[in-house]
Amino acid sequence: MADKAMDRIAKATPPGIAKRVRGLSDRTIAWIFVAPSIFLLLAVNIFPLIWTIRLSFTNFRVNRINADVKWVGLRNYERILTDPDIWQTMQATAHFLIWTIFFQVLIGFTLAYLINKKFRGNDMWTTIIVLPMMLSPAVVGNFWTFLYQPQIGLFNYVVSFFSGVDPASFSMIGSVNLAPWAIVIVDTWMWTPFVMLICLAGLRSIPGSIYEAAECDRASKWRQFWTITIPMVLPFLMMAVLFRGIENFKMFDLVVQLTGGGPGSATEVTSINLKREAFEKWRTGYASAYAVILFVTIFGLASIYVKALNKVKER
Amino acid sequence: MKTSNLMMATAMATISAFAATNASAETMTLCWAAWDPANALVELSKDFEGKTGVDMEFEFVPWPNFADRMLNELNSGGKLCDLMIGDSQWIGGAAENGQYLKLNDFFDANGITMDDFLPATVTGYAEWPKGTPNYWALPAYADVVGWTYRKDWFSRPELQKEFKDKYGYDLGIPADLSQLKDIAEFFQGRDIDGKTVYGAAIYTERGSEGITMGVTNALYNYGFEYGNPENPYAELDGYVNSEGAIAGLEFYKALYDVGTPPGSSDWYMSEDIDAYKSGQVALQMNFAFIWPGVNADPNVGGDRTGYFANPPGPAGHYAQLGGQGISVVANTEHKDAALAYIKWFAQPEIQARWTEMGGASAMRAVVEDPAFPDAQPYNKAFLESMAIVKDFWAEPSYASLLLAMQDRVHKYVVAGQGTAKEALDGLVKDWTEVFEDEGKI
Repeated sequence: MADKAMDRIAKATPPGIAKRVRGLSDRTIAWIFVAPSIFLLLAVNIFPLIWTIRLSFTNFRVNRINADVKWVGLRNYERILTDPDIWQTMQATAHFLIWTIFFQVLIGFTLAYLINKKFRGNDMWTTIIVLPMMLSPAVVGNFWTFLYQPQIGLFNYVVSFFSGVDPASFSMIGSVNLAPWAIVIVDTWMWTPFVMLICLAGLRSIPGSIYEAAECDRASKWRQFWTITIPMVLPFLMMAVLFRGIENFKMFDLVVQLTGGGPGSATEVTSINLKREAFEKWRTGYASAYAVILFVTIFGLASIYVKALNKVKER
Repeated sequence: MKTSNLMMATAMATISAFAATNASAETMTLCWAAWDPANALVELSKDFEGKTGVDMEFEFVPWPNFADRMLNELNSGGKLCDLMIGDSQWIGGAAENGQYLKLNDFFDANGITMDDFLPATVTGYAEWPKGTPNYWALPAYADVVGWTYRKDWFSRPELQKEFKDKYGYDLGIPADLSQLKDIAEFFQGRDIDGKTVYGAAIYTERGSEGITMGVTNALYNYGFEYGNPENPYAELDGYVNSEGAIAGLEFYKALYDVGTPPGSSDWYMSEDIDAYKSGQVALQMNFAFIWPGVNADPNVGGDRTGYFANPPGPAGHYAQLGGQGISVVANTEHKDAALAYIKWFAQPEIQARWTEMGGASAMRAVVEDPAFPDAQPYNKAFLESMAIVKDFWAEPSYASLLLAMQDRVHKYVVAGQGTAKEALDGLVKDWTEVFEDEGKI
C-alpha cells in the first residue's frame, strides 16, 4: 500500500524537479538534512566555546566596550589557579557534591528498597515522597530559610526538642560550620526522591525468577542482596549519581536563596563565584578563563565516569 | 449624504483623531528601585504629565536585583529607560562608558545650579570625576545611614537604673560608637514584656553591598580612608589598612558578636526593618528612607521611636551616604521629554512637594528651611547625618571594588575567619589588582 503511494508521488513529480533530485547523491541529501543541525550546533555551542577560550587570554570586560582589549596571555589562568579563594570555592563545591550524593544514594536506595516491597498504600507513599522534587528550588530555598530561623524556625525547635539545646543559640545558615550542612540537608530532602525513583526502576527490572533460583539454591537474603540486587541495580545507581553529580556541580539557585554563598565564603560554590566574576564584577576575560578551567575539569571527570559506567553495564 | 459616504467620513475622522493622538502623546520611562519613595514619585509625576502631556511609565525593580537589572540595561544599550535614578556608585562607569548624558550645558541653559543642592549630594550623586564640575545627574533622593532606637524601652526607669549601674552613664542616645556597642550589648537577650529581645539590627548582607554600607560607618570613624587623597589609587596601603581602620573593623565585629540577633548573618535593609518593627531589637541601623515608615508604624511608630545620626568614633564623625541622582540615559529616544522632566523636577516647589509626599529632597531651599527640622521627628537626625556623609568609590570598576570588600569584610565579621588586619591587607591587595587592571596605576 505504502509502495503504491510512493509510486504515485514519484509519477506525479514534475520531470524538472525529479531530474534535480535524481542528480543528488545520498551523501548530499544526508548533508542537506544534517546541515541545519550542524549549523545550529556550531552557532550555539562550538562558536561560543572557541570565543570563550579566546576571551580567556584577554582583559576584556563586557561593560567596557569602548576600552582597549589587551592580550594578557596566561595571566587570567595563573591568577585563578593561584587564588586561594577559588580553591576554597572548589572545596565548597566538592563538599556539597560528595555529601549530597552520598546521602541521596544511601537514603534513596533504602527508600526504593522499602517501597519495592509489596505493602498496602505503597503507591500513596511514593507520591508523598516525590513531592519535594516537584517544587521550585527558589521556593524550597525560601521555605527552608524560614525553617532555619533561630527564633521562629521549626528546624531549630525540632533540634532543641531532641537535644535540649537552646533554639536561639545556633543558626544553621549563619554559622560557617553549619551552613554547608544546611544546604546538604535541603538538597537531600529535595532530590532523594529522584534517586529513589531511578533505584525503584532498577529494582523492578530484576526478574523475580532470579530470586526464585537463588531461593532454590538456598542463598540467604543477605547473599541475594549482595550478589543479585546490588549488581543489577548498580548501573541505575551510577546513572543517578551521574545526573545528580552534573546537577549539583552547577548548583546555583538553592544556595543563592539559602545563604547567598555565605557566611564568609563557606557556601560559595563555583557557579556562584563564576557568576559574580562574570556578571557582577564584569571581569569577562577572567571569568572566561574560569569557565574554561571548569569545563576541562567537568569534561575530564565525566569522561572517566562514563567509561566506568560503560564497564559496569557490560558486565 | 449617502450611507456609504457617511461611513467613509466617520472612518476618516476616526483615523485622523487616532493619528493626532499618537502624534501628540509621548511616552517616556523612568527606571528606579521598587520602594516607597518610588510610589511617591509616581504620584508627584502626575503634575509633570498634566503640564507637558508626556505619559510617564515606570520600571521599578526590587533592591536586591536593582543593580543587576539596571546595569545590564545600561551595559547592553537597552532602550527601556529614558530616565534613570541610579545608585551613586554608578556615576563613574555611566559617565566613562557614555551611558548618561552630561548635563552641564543643559543646567547652564536652564538656570539650574548645583549650588542649590547639598554639597555632599552633588559630589555623591552628580559629579564625575569627583570634585570636578562635571555633572551627570541631578540629586534626586538624599539618603544616609542612621539609627532608630526604642525610645519607650530606653525611658523605662528600671532599665535606666540597671544600665547606669552597669556602665556608669545614662541610657540614651549614644555619644560615640563605643556607647552604641554598650547599649546593644545591654539589650542583647533581655526579656522585655515577656519576649526575648536583642541589641541592634546591623547590616551584614553579603551578596550585594549590605555589609559594606554598614561597616563603613565604623571604619570611617576610626580612621579608614579610601587611599591617600593626594594619590588615591596608588597609595592604599596605610590608609585602607591603617591602625584606625583595623580598630574600626574589630569594633564592627565586636558589635556583631555581642549585640545582634541570632541568625542575622545576612541582613540588609528589609531584614533590619522587619526586626525593628516586630520588636526584636532596641536599635536599628538603616538608611533614612525608612524613617517615615517607622514613624507611621502602629507598633513602633510615634513616640516609641527616636532617631539619631551615626555616632562619632575616636578618629572622626561620618556616616555612609546613600541616595541617588536622576540621569538621562544617553540613548534615549525621548531626550527632550527627559530633559524637560529634569527641569521640572529641579523646581523648588516640586522639590518641596517631593519631600512632603515621602521623597527626600537634596535641595537646600527645602532642607534648610527653618521649619524643616521640626516638621518630622526624624528631620533633625537627617540633617545631622547629611552633614557628615562619606561615600564608597564611584569608580567605573566600583562593582569589583565593592564585591572585594564584601568578601573580605564578611569573612572576618560574620564568618570569623582571620584577623581584621588580614582582611584589610587582603582588601588592599584586591583593590590594587583592580586599579592595575584598570590602568590607573
